[in-house]
Amino acid sequence: MTTREPATESPTEPAAGAAAAPIIEAVGLGRDFVLTEGPFLRRTRRTVSAVQDVSFTVRTGEIVGYLGPNGAGKSSTMKMLTGILTPTAGSVRVAGMEPSRQRTRLAREIGVVFGQRTTLWWDLPLRDSLTLTRHLYRVPAAAHAERLAELTELLELEPFLGTPVRQLSLGQRMRGDLTAALLHAPRLLVLDEPTIGLDVVSKSTIREFLLKINRERGTTILITTHDLGDVERLCDRVMVIDKGRLAFDGGLPELRATVPTPRVLVVDLVAPAPAIEVEGATTVRVDGPRQWLELADNPARVIAEVAREHEVADLTLREPDIEGVVSALYRGTVPAGDRT
Amino acid sequence: MADGNTPPGGPARAAAAVLRPVRDYRRLAWIWVRAVAQYPVSLALMSLAVAVSVLAQVGAVVIVFGHAGTLAGFTVYEGLMVFGLAASAFGIADMFMGAVERLGRHIRSGSLDAMLVRPVSPLVQVAADEFSPRRLGKVVPALAVLGIALAGTDVEWTLGRALLLPLMMLSGVLICCAIWVATGCLQFFVADAREAANSLTYGGQALTEYPIAIYGREIVRSVTYVVPLAFVSWQPALLVLDRPDPLGMPEALRFAGPVIAVLACAGAALLWRFGLRHYRSTGS
Amino acid sequence: MRVHAAVYARGLHRHSTYRAALVAGALTNSVFGAINAMVLLAVFAARPRISGYDAGDAVTQVFVGQALIAVTLIVNTAPSLDLAERVRTGDVATDLLRPVSLLGWWLAQDLGRATFTFFFRGVPTFCVGLLLFDVVLPGGPVHAVLVLASFALAAVVGFALRYLYSLSGFWLLDTRGLWTVAGLVGPVVSGMLLPLALFPSVLADVLRLLPWASMVQIPAEILLGKDTLPGGSVFGALLLQAAWAAALLALGAWATGRATRKVVIQGG
Repeated sequence: MTTREPATESPTEPAAGAAAAPIIEAVGLGRDFVLTEGPFLRRTRRTVSAVQDVSFTVRTGEIVGYLGPNGAGKSSTMKMLTGILTPTAGSVRVAGMEPSRQRTRLAREIGVVFGQRTTLWWDLPLRDSLTLTRHLYRVPAAAHAERLAELTELLELEPFLGTPVRQLSLGQRMRGDLTAALLHAPRLLVLDEPTIGLDVVSKSTIREFLLKINRERGTTILITTHDLGDVERLCDRVMVIDKGRLAFDGGLPELRATVPTPRVLVVDLVAPAPAIEVEGATTVRVDGPRQWLELADNPARVIAEVAREHEVADLTLREPDIEGVVSALYRGTVPAGDRT
Repeated sequence: MADGNTPPGGPARAAAAVLRPVRDYRRLAWIWVRAVAQYPVSLALMSLAVAVSVLAQVGAVVIVFGHAGTLAGFTVYEGLMVFGLAASAFGIADMFMGAVERLGRHIRSGSLDAMLVRPVSPLVQVAADEFSPRRLGKVVPALAVLGIALAGTDVEWTLGRALLLPLMMLSGVLICCAIWVATGCLQFFVADAREAANSLTYGGQALTEYPIAIYGREIVRSVTYVVPLAFVSWQPALLVLDRPDPLGMPEALRFAGPVIAVLACAGAALLWRFGLRHYRSTGS
Repeated sequence: MRVHAAVYARGLHRHSTYRAALVAGALTNSVFGAINAMVLLAVFAARPRISGYDAGDAVTQVFVGQALIAVTLIVNTAPSLDLAERVRTGDVATDLLRPVSLLGWWLAQDLGRATFTFFFRGVPTFCVGLLLFDVVLPGGPVHAVLVLASFALAAVVGFALRYLYSLSGFWLLDTRGLWTVAGLVGPVVSGMLLPLALFPSVLADVLRLLPWASMVQIPAEILLGKDTLPGGSVFGALLLQAAWAAALLALGAWATGRATRKVVIQGG
């Protein structure tokens, strides 16, 4: 199911469509953890595989979504790609380097944002945090000033550059984090849930920004997210990891085609009623007067029958969205009891 | 220091590799100094509070010597000299490396991961975190006490002694830094190790503030050969006072400080790398 | 009262989960106790009696102090009551509007914590002292009860002071400086750093009457059965501790009232 193409040897070549050089190459990547559990003295040790035999290639200029339920191995993969975690099996090369052994050099080539926690300094004004980042990455002052000016404009940072990071809203903080991750002009941007907890406007700002830097600078983006809006807006390609294994790697249309998901008929009744029973459809959800029906049959016939039997205020037919597709994919591979 | 894969190059490159962590540290620390300096009154009051508590400890030393007359053959001024050496060495080490004791917090909050994806040694980042000149409140009075004690003691100053004293003090600072880093590393393995580590760091300071001969031969041996606290204040004091070791330990030990300091730092650096490797192979 | 019992039990229970921290804490207290004790033994070797204290008395006081550190939290230079953080963030506004009194709620919770740490950190520390040095024990069951009562009052005084430091956040912009000063000065004036008996006698007599002495010096002297106690007897000393506990709690209640009015008028 994974698309694995032969690696080419020219990591500095700029983006040029689908044939661009690989920036991430993972082959048979695996990570085991040894867990000790139980009371003291009677402790038992057990090995758990967080990531197993994961192979993929990301090419320069791509935006790739990395999806999976919590605990599926997303974070472990991200940590191995950035050099925080040492793999126990297989190999990975990022920007031509081996992350676990060349972590410090790799750090100059990549930008990392953790959505759940900031990499900025909590008590410092955003501007100081960014200056500090410049020193840590040894960005020349002129280049820094130029990039900061550009990012300040794109992300509208000006109003809160002097505010301590702890006082920023989540959306402002994320814009600050993105700026800090991009000031050294990395070739690869690794984003771990960058839109988590953000409001609609902030999400949209960040998505448009990411598209822009991808188009204009050719920055490759690898993004993990639970927000399928991110995926639909940003990603040309998605990888789905489940129980430590890569369950899917391909384009969005292929992902849709992988799992047959029914279209949904949303029915607004005049008054709340018990779940509609009609042949060729299953009512999956009832919320007051609104009901959701998964269609297994010709929509026209179902609609006609619903309209005949019930007093209907409105009807909408929904195409399967990516959210449904992904959850169907998890459902197909994960036993029901394991999901949270 | 981070990965041991410095690119090949001439001696200039090697010098740069050694100086880099120092420069990184300075830059990080400076940002914090600027941030703290925005609240000068708060900074001054905190420093003052620390200074007052050092003076209270000096008072305790004076009271103790006042009652006892001499301890291990040391008079009150000689005792204050020991105190000044210990408090200044630990104070300076605390200022530069004390933040390592918050390693556990960085692990729990995930900020250590953020440090690992930056091209700077995580040890430098952890140590410089929240650097505060407030700790000068500890160092300045300690140095003042040392100065007063040296003036009040009958030291036969020779050129050698005058040159060796700063060298021994530097060694003491480095030994304290090594202890701070080494005990901080425990938190890579045991989450709640912070307080236990304090029994070596702050406990070490408390121990070395008095002439250690009063603790008896066994303890003096172990703080000479196991945890080299004896080289922070005791051996330098014997050197300056040109006094035979009351417990009959080898006199050459008083010149060993710099060697011990280098060994201690190397040991601490190894422990740090070992701890970091453990962290990166467990992710916890 | 049922509420307070439940809160007390919760405070007790919550701290039972930090077992490794308890061991680490007891170790640290024992190490510091041993170092202090050895310094004092050296002093008393040179002069066997100082202001009515002998070597055993001094060593006993050192370990009383170390055993009570985690109970009274007298050496903490950082805020050591979660209430302080709630005042800083403003979350305390919701606590103030509850039907249970703020003071009673936190007192119950902190005494639960103190009880737990006393038995599982303080007692082991004291036992280490007992193993290594000639530490004095209570003379009989009655004496033991009086000593425990004194320790309990020490815990209440410790709480009341920290409660007041926490509430000061309603009027001070930043209370960290206050906590730092308290954590640095407390050990000196309480008899933790050195028994007050070694201080110049005028200074010692004044310090004995201040609330901090009720957290180390007075409990130690009750255990040692000293006649330097305020009022010359164990009961006089307990009365002094109880008076401080009552006075500081009353001050706390008054401050809570002021704080409540401030919150209601200014809306937090």
